[in-house]
Amino acid sequence: MTAPLIERSAALRRLRQLGKAMTTPLSPHDYLALINPLWSQRELRGRIDQVVPETERAATLVIRPGWGWSFDHAPGQYIGIGVEMDGRFHWRSYSLSSVPLVEGKTVSITVKAMPEGFLSDHLVNGLAPGTIVRLAAPQGDFIVPDPPPAKMLMLVGGSGITPIMSILRTLERRGTLPDVVLAYSALHEADMMFHDELRELAERTDSLHFVPRFTEDEGMLTADRLVEVSPDWQEREAWACGPGPMLDAFSAHYEAHGLLDHLHVERFTLAKADGTASGGTVTFGVGGPSVEVDGATTLLEAGEKAGVNMLFGCRMGICHTCDAPLASGTVRDLRSGAEHGEPNEYIQTCVSVAAGDCTLTL
Amino acid sequence: MAYADVREYTHLTDDEVDAIGAELDQIRAEIEASRGQADRDYILRIITLQRRLAAAGRITLFASFFPPAWLLGTALLGSAKILENMELGHNAMHGQWDWMNDPEIHSSNWEWDTTQPAEQWKHSHNYIHHQFTNVLGHDNDVGYGILRMSRDQKWHPVNLGQPIYNALLALFFEYGVALHDLDIEAIRKGEKDPKLLIKQLRQIRGKVGRQALKDYVMYPALTGPFFLSTLTANFTANIIRNVWTHGIIFCGHFPDGAVHFTEEELEDETRAEWYLRQMLGSANFEGGKLLHVMSGQLGYQIEHHLFPDLPSNRYAQISVKVKDICQRYDIPYTTGPLYRQYGQTLRTILKLSLPNRRTTDNPAPESARKRRRLEDSERPVRRSELGKWSGAASV
Repeated sequence: MTAPLIERSAALRRLRQLGKAMTTPLSPHDYLALINPLWSQRELRGRIDQVVPETERAATLVIRPGWGWSFDHAPGQYIGIGVEMDGRFHWRSYSLSSVPLVEGKTVSITVKAMPEGFLSDHLVNGLAPGTIVRLAAPQGDFIVPDPPPAKMLMLVGGSGITPIMSILRTLERRGTLPDVVLAYSALHEADMMFHDELRELAERTDSLHFVPRFTEDEGMLTADRLVEVSPDWQEREAWACGPGPMLDAFSAHYEAHGLLDHLHVERFTLAKADGTASGGTVTFGVGGPSVEVDGATTLLEAGEKAGVNMLFGCRMGICHTCDAPLASGTVRDLRSGAEHGEPNEYIQTCVSVAAGDCTLTL
Repeated sequence: MAYADVREYTHLTDDEVDAIGAELDQIRAEIEASRGQADRDYILRIITLQRRLAAAGRITLFASFFPPAWLLGTALLGSAKILENMELGHNAMHGQWDWMNDPEIHSSNWEWDTTQPAEQWKHSHNYIHHQFTNVLGHDNDVGYGILRMSRDQKWHPVNLGQPIYNALLALFFEYGVALHDLDIEAIRKGEKDPKLLIKQLRQIRGKVGRQALKDYVMYPALTGPFFLSTLTANFTANIIRNVWTHGIIFCGHFPDGAVHFTEEELEDETRAEWYLRQMLGSANFEGGKLLHVMSGQLGYQIEHHLFPDLPSNRYAQISVKVKDICQRYDIPYTTGPLYRQYGQTLRTILKLSLPNRRTTDNPAPESARKRRRLEDSERPVRRSELGKWSGAASV
């Protein structure tokens, strides 16, 4: 990753230090952002340039990132986007569908409105060009090595196409598109994102074999029928992205054949609590210790029992000493019964219990 | 006189105490459910106003050699610092705006324009003061280890100087606050963990250094030949902020009618009893909208102590309901004009500089139950905290 200009120039670095001394305890960006929100470097921000409809329920958001954004993401990675709704910021992750280093200095994500997803619905139908959003830098290891393997298989369901799109567009642009079989399922043709673009790409290049499947008529692509789509699937390095059950089925299939090392999986449907779950497996810190808890033990108590060095104060929800960001999962506030499950949301561990499996960032 | 039992003091039945708790929980739930765009707009307006005031003050002081510009620049800068400390810093660090999920307006990373490091303030204020409000021996805010503010605190000849200490504390309040979390009393008694002490002193040195560099070196230097006049302007702006915040904060718990408690009250205290203690131990003051904004809505100290992490712009609305509860259950709701609340506070500081036998009247509503004052050695050790605060991990 190339460093931003300011990191490369000693004079600019000194200038920034001087600026910080002038605006402490804030940073110069806090003042600059009052003039133009995109000039904040304290938080990455972007402006919505365009909302391009892809299907009835999906749209591509073209975002112009502000200062501090580096355009050299790897195709297949995702970004975090924080959108304000009724005074609150809601964070979600979406795969970038654009290729790295686009002219015009924009990036794009493609979002599909989910039946119960009020934020995705808002993004698809409600975001006016010019809206300022917060961004989190690209991350994720669902990427293709450069140069790519000679034979690839892509197993895609629904909105799982977005990271694949970025990968295919990049490979084609670089002229390194290898022998690819793309098995892509959607409900029906009108619901299939990038359908026309993929057909054109397949016609233009010999090396892409596009196998669309419309599950309303044809049913799901099951793992045992994989051989019909790609007879030589065992020889191909595979990338799979789509609904959880589909990924589970393919993972099991690859494992049964001892080929799990050759399957790259991207999951982005989070296990959401249904409002009745109580208790679960709580993980303290990503990769940290895990414990099983019931729906009455606070996360703070559970952490202490597990020997985790938890920060706390009043133990009754007043002082916010114990607050910790939620990495994933859902928790319930014992005082109000309200559920909190936004990624990166700070929760009060002394008055919160697990509502299903969850992970805290410590 | 300090009270050991809130229920006994208020003559409420157990059921009544629980009912009050339930009503207050209900108020909290209603406000939480109705937080939204209007609240966000409010805090963004205040932030924009504060940053504009600060910038305008700094720019005006480029002409600090010209006395009217000196005055105007100082006033603008002083107002910016007051607004930042009270309505923004204090309230943001309480977590009042955490619900917005906005990383730039969040208790976890707000740092304020004064000399106390935010991390230490969140401990000494959010936790110690708000949990143990007005409990003698536990709440360091009762006199800040400098002043004798309760008849139950032992008199010492040193207390004769209280009026002077108070004036100095007002002028240099930010430095008094900076030392608050060190817990001078614990250091005096030799109970302070030396590793934690060193860590805290380093934090304070860094923060004081950055603040002083900004106000007393960088900005004066920018105005070149007017270095001195800009420096005096910045110094004055800090003093204005100090005197103002000192005054507002002292009106929170020391006007007549706000009572103190003994550690017995903490035994098995329920949430409802905690609510009651907050109501009885806090005092409001009245005034216009501007006064409330400039005091960080601490004129609604009672509401703030009941709900320290609800957005400050809602306290006025909450106060109507809290006052109604107090009336229905015949609980005192201490309030009055700012000058009166402050006057009573000053009177208490003067009065308690003398030993109890020299002063006959007692500002607290009298109770028939007198109790022997405990010696320091008899008081229980303050509940020690685990986790990162005293743990070796971060020291």
